[in-house]
Amino acid sequence: MKKVLTAAVAMSLSFAAINAVHADPAEDLTAFQDHFKTAFKDIPFEDFKDGAYALDANLKAQWEEMESSFPPYEPDIDAGKTIWETPFKNGKTYADCMGDIKSIRTKYPYYDAEKDTIVTAEGALNACKTEGDGEGFVDKEGKPLLNKGKIAQLMAYIAMENRGEKINVATPEGKAVDWYEKGKNFYYAKRGQLNMSCADCHTNNAGKMIRADLLSPAVGHVTHWPTYRSADGEITTLHNRFMGCNTMVRAANFKAQSDEYKALEYFLTYMSNGLEWNGPGSRK
Amino acid sequence: MRKLFRTLVMSASVSVLALTAVFSSAYAADDKKADAAKAEAKPAEAKKEMTGKDLAFDRGLGNCLACHMIAGGELPGNIGPPLIGMAARFPDKEKLKAQIYDARVANPNTIMIPFGPMGILNDEQLDKVVEFISGL
Ligand code: HEC
Ligand code: HEC
Repeated sequence: MKKVLTAAVAMSLSFAAINAVHADPAEDLTAFQDHFKTAFKDIPFEDFKDGAYALDANLKAQWEEMESSFPPYEPDIDAGKTIWETPFKNGKTYADCMGDIKSIRTKYPYYDAEKDTIVTAEGALNACKTEGDGEGFVDKEGKPLLNKGKIAQLMAYIAMENRGEKINVATPEGKAVDWYEKGKNFYYAKRGQLNMSCADCHTNNAGKMIRADLLSPAVGHVTHWPTYRSADGEITTLHNRFMGCNTMVRAANFKAQSDEYKALEYFLTYMSNGLEWNGPGSRK
Repeated sequence: MRKLFRTLVMSASVSVLALTAVFSSAYAADDKKADAAKAEAKPAEAKKEMTGKDLAFDRGLGNCLACHMIAGGELPGNIGPPLIGMAARFPDKEKLKAQIYDARVANPNTIMIPFGPMGILNDEQLDKVVEFISGL
């Protein structure tokens, strides 16, 4: 009975404080970034790539120490390199469909007008593997596994090869605006039994403590994936974090690479335009 | 060699976390192990005997410490105001109960959880929490 109730609550979303009648993504972008620049006046804009660590010198020092002596994602980068170089069943490789590895990170996510969808890097890699192997990234039972495991390792290698490039998503136009809107609405909608939006935590209360966790600002949320979280003990993708935060507020969850999360990634990545791609990352 | 490397990494990060391990995530749902431990430690039966303080501090129920400083609670968040001098701030317990039942009435955009309407705390539990909070 309680389960049913929770599910029912989780399904009901209330859309508060969204004035998205005439979306102007470029104006949104300026307002979004200005909010954080004003709220954290002393923090250089480029530092937002470091998430919550940008806001706390002590945490940052501890984290940098770990990153420089024992980068916990290092074994995953090596595993990812092997995956990248191993030919598919049909003899082709990732390079055949993805092109120059150094060009990958900045290309995604983008709006594909022909298919009217958002193409993410993970989505493109999975399509590439499906074509070459007859099967995408799956777990032992053959179910899609797109939030961790081999796809995250492959992304760790790609992210490393692309470090230092700047995020530069083209301003959404035409039908791409619908996807942008979908992602924006997702970000601002209250959801789950706890009735919280992403913005409640990562815009309105960024920099505050929720219990013992320092809330990261949303600008910079997409820069450093995949990420090795000590709490998980493994490397995971951005969509895995979306799933985690949705679960936290006891909301209905979506699958990695679902339209909902692709739209959210598209919105959030555009909002981080100008920051550096610095994946793979590590977080506590 | 790699295995050793990874073990080293794990133990290094665990020791960094050790201080905050118990409260490593704001909500129990973010930490599967904590969730499982909680389920074992608190069968449904035990919940009936929970005091107002237990209800307020429990991660799966009030979890007020996620956002409020409360005397006797460790590692509180600071999203909401510290809950001190409550009898003076809320001389009328019904008003205090209303705030905890549904904070959206006072502030439609609040981040505070609407504990009543969302079915997180029932009426009896709310009364116990109100008693505890008004004594702070
Ligand atoms: C109840 C508060 C809360 C809500 C609501 C919430 N999050 Fe989070 N989120 C956290 C906490 C706590 C963390 C871990 C600390 C941090 O980095 O902010 C986190 C981490 C993240 C991170 C990783 C940041 C990093 O630097 O690695 C991303 C990305 C993220 N959240 C996105 C979202 C999105 C998108 C939503 C809405 C679907 C959302 N969050 C909703 C609390 C929340
Ligand atoms: C996710 C954050 C959050 C949680 C969890 C939370 N609160 Fe709050 N609370 C707030 C915020 C923020 C305010 C400030 C008013 C507002 O924005 O609604 C507030 C205001 C209050 C007030 C009014 C204080 C005053 O002086 O006006 C009381 C009383 C209160 N909370 C009690 C509780 C109790 C009791 C619980 C747990 C059962 C709780 N809160 C859980 C965020 C939270």
